[in-house]
Amino acid sequence: MANEILEEHIQNEYKWGFTTDIAADEAPRGLNEEIIKFISAKKNEPEWMLEFRLKAFRNWQNMVEPEWAHVSYTKPNFQDIIYYSAPKPKKELASLDEVDPELLKTFEKLGISLEEQKRLSGVQSNIAVDVVFDSVSVKTTFKETLAEKGIIFCSFSEAVQDHPELVKKYMGMAVPATDNFYAALNSAVFTDGSFCYIPKGVRSPMELSTYFRINASGTGQFERTLIIADEDSYVSYLEGCTAPQRDENQLHAAVVEIITHKNAEVKYSTVQNWYPGDKEGKGGIFNFVTKRGLCLEDNSKISWTQVETGSAVTWKYPSVILKGNNSVGEFYSVAVTNNYQQADTGTKMIHIGKNTRSTIISKGISAGFSNNSYRGLVQIKKGASNARNFSQCDSLLMGDKCGAHTFPYIEIKDKSGVVEHEATTSKIGEDQLFYCKQRGIDNEKAIGLIVNGYCKEVLNKLPMEFAVEAQKLLAISLEGSVG
Amino acid sequence: MISIKNLHASIGDKEILRGINLEVKAGEVHAIMGPNGSGKSTLSSVLAGREDYEVTEGEVTFNGKNLLELPAEDRAREGLFLAFQYPVEIPGVSNINFLRTALNEIRAYHGQEEMTAKDFLALVKDKSKLVELDSKLASRSVNEGFSGGEKKRNEIFQMAMLNPKLAILDETDSGLDIDALRIVATGVNKLKSKDNATIVITHYQRLLDYIVPDFVHILYKGRIVKSGGKELALELEAKGYDEIKKEFEIAD
Repeated sequence: MANEILEEHIQNEYKWGFTTDIAADEAPRGLNEEIIKFISAKKNEPEWMLEFRLKAFRNWQNMVEPEWAHVSYTKPNFQDIIYYSAPKPKKELASLDEVDPELLKTFEKLGISLEEQKRLSGVQSNIAVDVVFDSVSVKTTFKETLAEKGIIFCSFSEAVQDHPELVKKYMGMAVPATDNFYAALNSAVFTDGSFCYIPKGVRSPMELSTYFRINASGTGQFERTLIIADEDSYVSYLEGCTAPQRDENQLHAAVVEIITHKNAEVKYSTVQNWYPGDKEGKGGIFNFVTKRGLCLEDNSKISWTQVETGSAVTWKYPSVILKGNNSVGEFYSVAVTNNYQQADTGTKMIHIGKNTRSTIISKGISAGFSNNSYRGLVQIKKGASNARNFSQCDSLLMGDKCGAHTFPYIEIKDKSGVVEHEATTSKIGEDQLFYCKQRGIDNEKAIGLIVNGYCKEVLNKLPMEFAVEAQKLLAISLEGSVG
Repeated sequence: MISIKNLHASIGDKEILRGINLEVKAGEVHAIMGPNGSGKSTLSSVLAGREDYEVTEGEVTFNGKNLLELPAEDRAREGLFLAFQYPVEIPGVSNINFLRTALNEIRAYHGQEEMTAKDFLALVKDKSKLVELDSKLASRSVNEGFSGGEKKRNEIFQMAMLNPKLAILDETDSGLDIDALRIVATGVNKLKSKDNATIVITHYQRLLDYIVPDFVHILYKGRIVKSGGKELALELEAKGYDEIKKEFEIAD
């Protein structure tokens, strides 16, 4: 009976699947050193940046695509991707009035009202947004307000031009250019992204946010985010993303690096909603992303919170290297897969410093024919005395055609380390649903209640506005996936 | 209030209810007793709309509506409440949030506006006293980590909050010690009015010392084989179910 209703209901619509008709300035398809030079030249980059790219590219050519993840897909043809696509006209934009109106309409559809934000400049509750459309950062809001505090928040390209010393010093520190296949590819061809520097002793007065949108057909998106929190600073950073509905698979291979100095804290929240493909599993984004934080100095803290509902295939492990003594790493994740989505996601907590602590809370939800895997590594290096880790990995199944898997890896080289791991697997029961219905709550609302209850520990970690969005997204992603 | 005529229901190939007839009017308390496997819980499940059972024959009218045509949530919204024998745990969902959702869904069904947070909290405070429910339980996850007695009290608390027309108490006495039993029964009695009705399903006469029924029905092998006043329960208690079994075995 459950299956009948399951089948009847598995038909969630992706509501961000529109395309925007904007002329794009594109590189020819394919990848070689000429393309990389083309991108670098387009961005008017200094020589050292081009060198970084070429070095990464030469390494990448000798690397093989990883196959250990619990996912199966047709590997992308890297020579059939357009590596640079920018909305035309490409010129310096001094104000929003110069942005293509089509683009502004897109943002409105996405619920990011830049116009609104512009009007309400300076209000504390606001969020500064950097919007990356295809490969180019189109507009960063609140730049001036933030500059007063000494905060640098701009596109990666601007940072390369205006703050080369910072980019040069920190880029590749958490994710080296040769770290892995996709990180190397990104390092070679990345086109833009966000850059953020919080100076000593500054708490960011607002949440900073990057919004990613893939638009043009046949393109890949390769953006880079670099966040540096100097001593005694704090920032909460949000990331959102959507893509049009297309039959083809599009590749998103991003790199996010966070570096925290002494006593600094960075909270990074993601609501990932790339197009997941249709009900039959056609199309959708391949989301192969490397996110890593480095607690460089003592008493610093990096916290990743992610709500993953999109993408056809996800390969993503936001991690923390706990180098500074007493540093803290956190990973809170909700990963939802429906229809034919596949997710292999988790984290790595690398304890190097003394008294370092990490917490991992992972909530997987599988519905339809999907596969959802948690993969996590907790490593306590020699000398990382009194390191502590607590991991909790829960899986929730809806229906009987989906899969949930847990792959925990633990390596302890210091005897004083304490690692706890808890894991549960449960099913949304007909009993729970009937109980809700008997109190007057219909099926959809009941699933929403149960799922949000299950994810509560993670959703609680999200900033307010984001938590509301995430709750709605969870409901939409699972619309009618259980009977 | 509710009129059940010749109700037959099966699970798989097995027929469990084999022609139930029952009439319950506003202001009345009916007790349904019977040995294990007689179909007591099936009757409550069928009335509440659990989909595991198939109704093969008969009709049920509830407040003038064909109950069997309504989905489970609409039956609840029409005012039918089932106090579960085994209340279900919903981790991470607070009792308060759960009840607020339920209450507002019911209000929306009747074209009423959502209750304000202030009114809602006042109602919670008021009704939790009724069943001596610790206010901490109201903010904890639905039934999670509750003791058996707390779960049953929580059912009656929910009943008080949702103010149903017809409440069916499915073996609410099972697993309760004498003090908890008294608290639960007192709660039910306080909620009784001339406009609502209660069906108490129980195995033992004990609960009926506290919730005094107007009518007692004995369910056996899917049929009501005997009906009477409250003295029938005492008679049953004295003689045991074996007498009933002997008497009606032949008719089977």
